[in-house]
Amino acid sequence: MILTYAFLITFTLATLYPIIQVFSISLRPANKLLSTSLEIIPKDWTLEAYQKLFIEKPFLRWLANSTFISFVVTLTGVTLASTAGYAFSRFDFRGKKTGLASILVTQMFPATMLLLPLYIMLVKLGLLNSYLGVIIVYTATALPFCIWQMKGYYDTIPTTLEEAARIDGSTQIQAFYKIILPLAAPGLVITALFSFMTAWAEYVVAAQVLQESQLYTLPIGLKQFESSMSTEWALYAAASLIVSIPAVALFLFLSRWLVTGLTLGSVKG
Amino acid sequence: MKATTRKALWIFIFIAPAALVLIAVVVYPFVYNLLMSFSDMSLRHFRTWHLIGFQQYAKVFGERDFYLIFLKTIFWTVINVFFHVLIGVALALILNQQLKGRSVFRTLLILPWAIPQYIVALTWRGMFNYEYGAINLILMKYLGLNPIGWLQSPTGAFAAVIITNIWLGFPFMMVIALGGLQSIPAELYEAADIDGASWWQKTRKITLPLIRPVMIPAITLGIVWTFNNLNIIWLVTNGGEPADQTHILVSYVYRAAFNLYRFGYAAALSVVIFGILLILSLSFMKRTRATVSVY
Repeated sequence: MILTYAFLITFTLATLYPIIQVFSISLRPANKLLSTSLEIIPKDWTLEAYQKLFIEKPFLRWLANSTFISFVVTLTGVTLASTAGYAFSRFDFRGKKTGLASILVTQMFPATMLLLPLYIMLVKLGLLNSYLGVIIVYTATALPFCIWQMKGYYDTIPTTLEEAARIDGSTQIQAFYKIILPLAAPGLVITALFSFMTAWAEYVVAAQVLQESQLYTLPIGLKQFESSMSTEWALYAAASLIVSIPAVALFLFLSRWLVTGLTLGSVKG
Repeated sequence: MKATTRKALWIFIFIAPAALVLIAVVVYPFVYNLLMSFSDMSLRHFRTWHLIGFQQYAKVFGERDFYLIFLKTIFWTVINVFFHVLIGVALALILNQQLKGRSVFRTLLILPWAIPQYIVALTWRGMFNYEYGAINLILMKYLGLNPIGWLQSPTGAFAAVIITNIWLGFPFMMVIALGGLQSIPAELYEAADIDGASWWQKTRKITLPLIRPVMIPAITLGIVWTFNNLNIIWLVTNGGEPADQTHILVSYVYRAAFNLYRFGYAAALSVVIFGILLILSLSFMKRTRATVSVY
């Protein structure tokens, strides 16, 4: 038993070490940035980096951009996934099986497979270097998975509820938003969080599409601090922590349902 | 209006918006990509490209690097998923016992998964820095070893990305395994105890077979995500350093597309990668006779 605890504690500390390291680097004063000390809390720790981040660097700009884009992607994602997922769950139509299978298949596309044509499309439509451009790509990336999640969630809600509502005189669409949607709220929350994370934590696409520094999102901004020649360690560390906190909080909240969703189909009885 | 027509209308209304978006940003680009793979589109031929048949595919399969990188990608995927599952299941087995504070451990051990991937990548890149990175500092100060030029050599860089990705990926397997473990009825273990089974026998005969239905889809997902993981490779090695020696298929095609502007070539390579992955995952699932209901 003691051995188990010892192992667990050691392993957990080792796992957390990179995070602890980031925290301690963010507290380093400007003249000790390139330090070879491994102290957790530097002797002359300071909150300089955090100050610099907000005052000297356009961190707030990046934060605003990321928040705006993530918000729009979340809204679109939830709206489209909630309706499409419902149709896949309740209705039978030609191409339904193909549709569902292709949703799974889209998860296998290498990043460039859609990114490249989308990039060219954006160039031709003049949407490069615009919010709309990234929003479109992010929604496309998140949507298949979200539809899948919503369908799975709707499947767990019995159709008898809608039938009862129809007998009482409501139309299908009323049954949908008055009865089913509130019940599917947890599923909608996952969809929202997943869409949000897709946009919030994405670097590759943003770096290609957003070229003007005014439009930079957080990932692009953070990457700037990290270069081969002159890494701005403390700034990067401080920014990483701030960016990670909402992501981690949301994620811990979401992971509970994500696992249920993934295991729902396979665990019998 | 007839009932069936009305029903059809509802289906249409519900699906249409999402379908439109999907067609515009998934189906259309997919087809467009196929088209490009048969063309000579590049920086020079951006607006004046022509269809040139299978030439790009010939180029893909004709480059010696393709096979090297393909092998590397398989290697990368196998090693990563192996350790993800090993560590994840081991931790799940430990955490499934009645331990005080186990939910604290569980929450803390999920953190690598929770942190945005680009931050994971850039942070580890910093830790692998030759002079100031934590890894070398620990090696020197606490283990008395020489520092390793992680990102300066192809082997070192490859090891670095694998280590980073293992750190990133085990929580996923751990969480899935925990979920699976929790649904195994305790009576089975009790019966085994009565028969005098050892811990290892119980694990081998009861635990592992019963978490299989849950782990197989997870492993499939893990294979797909690892095979295609661009973020870690690209950001830890800053685009394939040293000298483009650290690539897996996806990062290679990303470079071809966005650094070299060989659009037609990149499109063909993307299709090939997709094909490889499709075949690999389908055969994996068939081999393990995955009993997952897809619909």
